Amino acid sequence: MNTLSDGKTPARRTSRFARRKWINRVALTLSFIAMIFGVFWLMWILWETILLGFAGLSFSLFTQSTPPPNDAGGLANALFGSFMMVTLATFIGAPIGVLSGIYLAEYHPRGWLAVTVRFVNDLLLSAPSIVIGLFVYAVIVIRFRQFSGWAGAVALSLIVIPVVIRTTENMLALIPSSLREAAYALGAPKWKVIIHVTLNAARAGVITGILLAVARISGETAPLLFTALNNQFWTSDLSGPTANLPVTIFQFAMSPYENWQQLAWAGVFLITLAVLGLNILARLLSRRK
Amino acid sequence: MRSGTVSDLLFGAVARGAALLTLALLLGIILSLIIGAWPAIERYGLGFLTHNAWDPVQEDFGGMVMIYGTLATSGIALLIAVPVSFGIALFLTELAPAWLKRPLGTAVELLAAVPSIVYGMWGLMVFGPVLARYVQQPLQAWLGGTPVFGALVSGPPVGIGILSAGIILSIMIIPFIASVMRDVFEVTPPLLKESAYGLGATTWEVIWKIVLPYTRAGVLGGIMLGLGRALGETMAVTFVIGNMNQLRSSSLFEAANSITSALANEFAEAAPGMHQAALIYLGLILFLITFVVLVFSRLLLLRLQKNEGKRA
Repeated sequence: MNTLSDGKTPARRTSRFARRKWINRVALTLSFIAMIFGVFWLMWILWETILLGFAGLSFSLFTQSTPPPNDAGGLANALFGSFMMVTLATFIGAPIGVLSGIYLAEYHPRGWLAVTVRFVNDLLLSAPSIVIGLFVYAVIVIRFRQFSGWAGAVALSLIVIPVVIRTTENMLALIPSSLREAAYALGAPKWKVIIHVTLNAARAGVITGILLAVARISGETAPLLFTALNNQFWTSDLSGPTANLPVTIFQFAMSPYENWQQLAWAGVFLITLAVLGLNILARLLSRRK
Repeated sequence: MRSGTVSDLLFGAVARGAALLTLALLLGIILSLIIGAWPAIERYGLGFLTHNAWDPVQEDFGGMVMIYGTLATSGIALLIAVPVSFGIALFLTELAPAWLKRPLGTAVELLAAVPSIVYGMWGLMVFGPVLARYVQQPLQAWLGGTPVFGALVSGPPVGIGILSAGIILSIMIIPFIASVMRDVFEVTPPLLKESAYGLGATTWEVIWKIVLPYTRAGVLGGIMLGLGRALGETMAVTFVIGNMNQLRSSSLFEAANSITSALANEFAEAAPGMHQAALIYLGLILFLITFVVLVFSRLLLLRLQKNEGKRA
């Protein structure tokens, strides 16, 4: 193969080649190990959650309210409170998010406002959620002198907005402009074009975004700690402290009582199930598109 | 026709209003934090950052322990998460067979979706004891007497403290960093990579000498994004850091506190007045740190996008 007559050079070249191949192999093996490392945690967490959470599942979980220490009970009030607040937050946050997304994609995508909002939105998307709790505390809880489910719902809605803005804008940007032009050519005003044509065409994507936002807030604890607080009893009145699943889990998990810890595991199991289920649903929905 | 233009104007105004609301939200957060923290800012000034005290009874507050806890746990998290995420991104873009790419990518993204309270509870009940028994105790036995490392591993090996919080944070931010890295690796033009392969480069050389330099800004942006997440994470840290408002030693096993967990534990019960103001001051500091980190991250990622546009 090698036509060089100098005996040294090919030898050195092969040894260098061997070294390079060796480095390559080591690096790729390490990368493989990193991948396993990543998946390993997911498996471990899911495994423990299923193992410990499943044991706590029972019918009374859904029918009884949170018990005092060392007493039988369930999580019904917490589940109900969480459900109310998540629903409310979605109904407050999603329309605002969709409208802002429409503005960013359809009105002046390159104007100063759109550029600034896009930038700020990316910051809010990753901003510490506990700070949002502080903000809502200052604006709502102090004003009404009471922790309330409403404040909790507002805090959660502020987390919904950036998620929905981001996905709505991305999905609208994917719609070909020929579709818009066809509608304009028929004489439709802009708002009709947006609602009936573009938004309609991007429907699956926008719903995916809202589902992801719901998944995100279902497990959020930090913004509820000093807005909704928690409540040991069943209440459907959102103007006072409201029971919710994440804060209940936090409280029960940190307690020394075995029945509380058991309930916390059951709660963690339910939350994980709901969040992963919503994520998978959102994925399926956007894939079919 | 006329009604069409009126509703057009109306719809446009509403959409614009919604967009403006996002800006107002950011300003509102910053303003409300400054107003809430004002009594503490007035009393302590910047000395708050380095003052080591937290005494609600005497009303003597300083943020040093919490700020140290936040920075130390996030630092440990980055130390672990960056190489692992790089490996995962490398595996997903260059090594994984096509049929594996999708499920593995999904698995990593699902890891990002798991709520932080699940990580926290798992960390406290499952991971902490394992860490104490199989990592901390052997490390202590091994390094106990040595000068520098001995100090790092002193303290009670109970699986609660800065080290466990850092490790759990790293597990939480790996998916964020890995998916940004994977996305930016994929924007490297195939032509560039294929030329390198054509010259006989190995896969590793292509990644290290072609892909990484090309995507440097994006990779850094991804790391900054992960750091921003780690700094602001509440529940995962609160469960395992131990909530100790004093710093007794430089040990990584020592229970400590972070800004977020101090807020989570004390704020709802803090008396209005100096205690609450000091906590809000901590929140303001946290927000400003993450703000700077995230702005940096965004600018780096935007720069990569712009470069890409120029070259295309």
